Amino acid sequence: MPEIRNYTLNFGPQHPAAHGVLRLVLEMDGEVIERADPHIGLLHRATEKLAESKPYNQSIPYMDRLDYVSMMCNEHGYVRAIEKLLGIEAPVRAQYIRTMFDEITRILNHLMWLGTHALDVGAMTVFLYAFREREDLMDCYEAVSGARMHAAYYRPGGVYRDLPDRMPQYQANQWVTGRDVSSRNETRQGSLLDFIEDFTNRFPNLVDEYETLLTDNRIWKQRTVGIAVVSPERAMQLGFTGPMLRGSGVEWDLRKKQSYAAYDKVDFDIPVGKEGDCYDRYLVRIEEMRQSNSIIKQCIEWLRNNPGPVVLDDYKVAVPSRGEMKDDMESLIHHFKLFTEGYCPPVGEAYAAVEAPKGEFGCYIVSDGANKPYRLKIRAPGFPHLAAMDEMVKGHMLADVVAVIGTMDVVFGEIDR
Amino acid sequence: MSNGSHKGMQERLEQLAEALASGFSDIGCSLEQVCGEITLVVPREHLIAVATRLRDESQFGFEELIDVCGVDYGDYGNTEWQTDAAPDTGFGRGVEVIGQLEAMEENRFAAVYHLLSISNNIRLRLRVFVDTSAPIVASVVPIWEGANWFEREAFDLYGILFDGHPDLRRILTDYGFIGHPFRKDFPLIGQVEMRYDPQLGRVVYEPVSIDPRTLVPRVIRDDNRYLAEDNETQDAGDA
Repeated sequence: MPEIRNYTLNFGPQHPAAHGVLRLVLEMDGEVIERADPHIGLLHRATEKLAESKPYNQSIPYMDRLDYVSMMCNEHGYVRAIEKLLGIEAPVRAQYIRTMFDEITRILNHLMWLGTHALDVGAMTVFLYAFREREDLMDCYEAVSGARMHAAYYRPGGVYRDLPDRMPQYQANQWVTGRDVSSRNETRQGSLLDFIEDFTNRFPNLVDEYETLLTDNRIWKQRTVGIAVVSPERAMQLGFTGPMLRGSGVEWDLRKKQSYAAYDKVDFDIPVGKEGDCYDRYLVRIEEMRQSNSIIKQCIEWLRNNPGPVVLDDYKVAVPSRGEMKDDMESLIHHFKLFTEGYCPPVGEAYAAVEAPKGEFGCYIVSDGANKPYRLKIRAPGFPHLAAMDEMVKGHMLADVVAVIGTMDVVFGEIDR
Repeated sequence: MSNGSHKGMQERLEQLAEALASGFSDIGCSLEQVCGEITLVVPREHLIAVATRLRDESQFGFEELIDVCGVDYGDYGNTEWQTDAAPDTGFGRGVEVIGQLEAMEENRFAAVYHLLSISNNIRLRLRVFVDTSAPIVASVVPIWEGANWFEREAFDLYGILFDGHPDLRRILTDYGFIGHPFRKDFPLIGQVEMRYDPQLGRVVYEPVSIDPRTLVPRVIRDDNRYLAEDNETQDAGDA
C-alpha cells in the first residue's frame, strides 16, 4: 500500500477569498483540514505606536483605517475612551447623530460582508445588489464629512459639525445628461435627513431582495448550514463578541447591556442564533440590518425635532467655531493651542468599547497627563475571531474555509492594526 | 432608563470591588478605581490562581477574556518639552531624541488583561507587573483560550514571555524581525529599511536612512487646570 502523507497547502496572502492579506497554512488530509495556521501581520502599520507620537485628535483618522468598512464605529470607540478619560459627555444631539451614523455604518459593513461572503460561496448577484446600496450610504458619509469612507467625523465632545441642509448633487457630464441627471438627483433635493429617510423607506424591501436570493437558496444552505458550529460556551471561551457570539445563541449586545450614545432611547431587538453555524450568523446579521434601519428611522425623527449643539461648548477640548475664532481673542488662543498642542487629559487609564458591526471594538488608553496617549491599545473584534480559525475549520473541507472566512467577517485593517 | 442602567452598573461595580477586596487582598492584590473602572493589580506569582477564581466563582463570573496587552512604563511621565521653566526661559523648538531610557529596575513592563462577565454584565482589568530583565508571566491560555493570540501579540511587540503558552511565536511583525517594536526605546521609524537591490537580485535590509521627526512635542501640563482634585470638584459640580 502506498504511503499517504498529509500535505501542507498555502492559501493567500493574495487570494480573492482571503479578504485582504490573510495567509493560511493548511495541513490537509486529502481534502479535509487537519490544522489551519493563519499568518497575519501583513498589513501591520503599528497604528497604536503611531498614536503614541501624536496628539489625541490627530489619531482619529487612523481609526477609520482600522476596520475600513466600519469607519465611524471605530472612531466612536476611540472618542468614547478619550471622553471617559476627560470626564466629558457629548451633547444629546451629537449622541443621536453618532447613533444614527453607527447604524448607517453597521448597514454598510453588513452589506459588504453579505456581498463578499455570498461571492466567495458562489453567488455573484448579491454582491452587485449590496454595493448598489452601499453607494447611497457612502453618499451620506460624504455629505456629512466630505469623505466617502474615511470620514474623521467624530470628535471628543461631539461630532465635527451638524448635519447639512442639502445633499451634494450629481452634475451633468459627457456621459450622463438631462433626464438622467435629474432622476439621479431626485432623492437629493432635500436635506441629508430626507435622503436618509428615503433610504430607510426603501431598505427593508431591498433586504427582502437579498433574502430571496439566499435564505432559501439550496446551494447557500448546503454551503452554510452546519458549517463551523460554535457552542455558546466555546464562543465565550474563545473571546467572541458581536454577531459571532449572538449567532451561537448568547444574548449579548453592548448597545443594550452597556448602553452608550442614544441607544437607551431607541427601540430595537437583539437577534440571536440557535445552532451557532454559518447560516445562523447570516440570519443574525440580516436581522441586524433590519433593526439598524429602524434605529436610523427613530434617530431621524428625533433629529428633525430637536436642533441643538453638536459639540461640547468647552474650548479646552473642542474647537471654537470659525466665526467665534475670528472676533474673539480667547477663542483664537484656544484654537491655536488645540491645533498646535492638543489637550492634556488627567493621569489615568480608560477602556471604552462600542458594539461595532463585527463585535466589541474597544480602546484602552493609558494617559500620563501628556497631550499624547501614553499607550493606546485597540481591541479589534476580528482578532480573536480569526484566532479561532483553527478550531472552526478543523474537520471541514477546503471549500468550507472560504465560507468560514466569510462568516467571520474579517477585515485586515483591524486585525493587523 | 439610562439612569437606571447606570445606577445598576454603579452598584455592581461597588459589589465587585468589595468582593475583590475581601477575596484577594490577603495575597497582595491591590485595587484601583479610575474613570468608573476597576483595576486589580495582581502579583505575578498569583495570576493563575486569581484568574481561575475570577472565572469560576459565580460572584465574579468572568467567563470571557476581552483583551490582553503589554504596556511599557519605561518612559512614563517624561516629556519632550520642559514646560515648568518655560515662563522664565521660553521654549526652544528643538525636541530631544528619545532613545536613552533610564534603566528601570522593576515594573517597567506590565501585562494588562481586560475581563468581561456576561452573566454579571461587568468588566474588570487586571494588571500584572513583570520583571524587567526577565519579563515572564504565566500564560492564561488554559483559563481563557481566547488569550492565545493576544499573548502572542504582547510577546511580539513587548517581548513579554508567557510561560505555558502553547505556541509563542511572533504574530504581527515580519518573519525574521528583530526586536520588540512597541517598547519605548524602539524608534518610531524602526531600525532597518528594505529595498530591492538590482545588482544582488534580491531584497536587502539596511539601517534606516530617514531621521526621526517630532511634529508636536509631548508635553505634560501640570498647571492647576489638570490637577486631579480640581477635576473631581468639577465633576461633582456637573452632577
